[in-house]
Amino acid sequence: MTLRKYLVLAGVTVFAAAGDSMLSHGMKQTGNISLHHLQSVILAVRNPWVLIGILLLLAFFAAYMNALSWADLTYVLPATSLGYVLLALVARFVLHEQVSPLRWLGIALISGGVGFVAGGPALTSHAHHDSIPEHEMRDSAIAVSGGKS
Amino acid sequence: MKHICTWGGILVIVMASVVGDILMARAMKQVGDVHVLWRRSGLWAVVGRILGNPNFFLGLMAMTLAFFSLLFALSWGDVSLVAPAAASLTFIGNAFAARIFLHEKVDRRRWIAALLVAGGVALLAG
Repeated sequence: MTLRKYLVLAGVTVFAAAGDSMLSHGMKQTGNISLHHLQSVILAVRNPWVLIGILLLLAFFAAYMNALSWADLTYVLPATSLGYVLLALVARFVLHEQVSPLRWLGIALISGGVGFVAGGPALTSHAHHDSIPEHEMRDSAIAVSGGKS
Repeated sequence: MKHICTWGGILVIVMASVVGDILMARAMKQVGDVHVLWRRSGLWAVVGRILGNPNFFLGLMAMTLAFFSLLFALSWGDVSLVAPAAASLTFIGNAFAARIFLHEKVDRRRWIAALLVAGGVALLAG
């Protein structure tokens, strides 16, 4: 694990938490969406909070895919859950909201779970990425540059 | 009736999320370590390999379905039930699916982690 990989995992955590909270804030402003009024989904996207939330979730998605290329799914997923802990800590220490004992217990459980996974190896499945065939890499590079010219 | 709808919605969200996560993880394993690939062949090779992977598009479709079903379920379901139930059941479902379909070694350490995180998420969001 390099610093760069830890930064990618941090990106997964922060972008997911920030994106989710922006989205939920925006959706509370736009109100109910029903199956009979599908156009209300379009209206929801025009809300700036929803839009920022979607952009942050796109950033999350890029970091998430990056992480999945070198680590197991069951290794990366707990990293996203640290975002919930982050949100609760922000609520308590920045927004000075009341955090109930049950929520503190939730924070402790998630942190414990992440600690368990972080102590183990990042990759246990077949290590495809260690053996990307050289010719395949060259082929895809040629295909891409060929498509451009 | 509303009860059945809510749990039906949760089931759809969880299944779509798990399918999306598994397909995306498989796609990225086929693409290979993007840091290595980027260094060797450049950004466009990374983008080309990702966009050329069918699992990526199938995973994207499943994730989109999960996203919109969550949006719908949150707008008519009980938020304090839908959000934590869907999130924590997805963690459990993913641990099973990763073991079966991705052949990840979900050992005792990872099972404990999945259960702790699922429980913690349920408590936090509830």
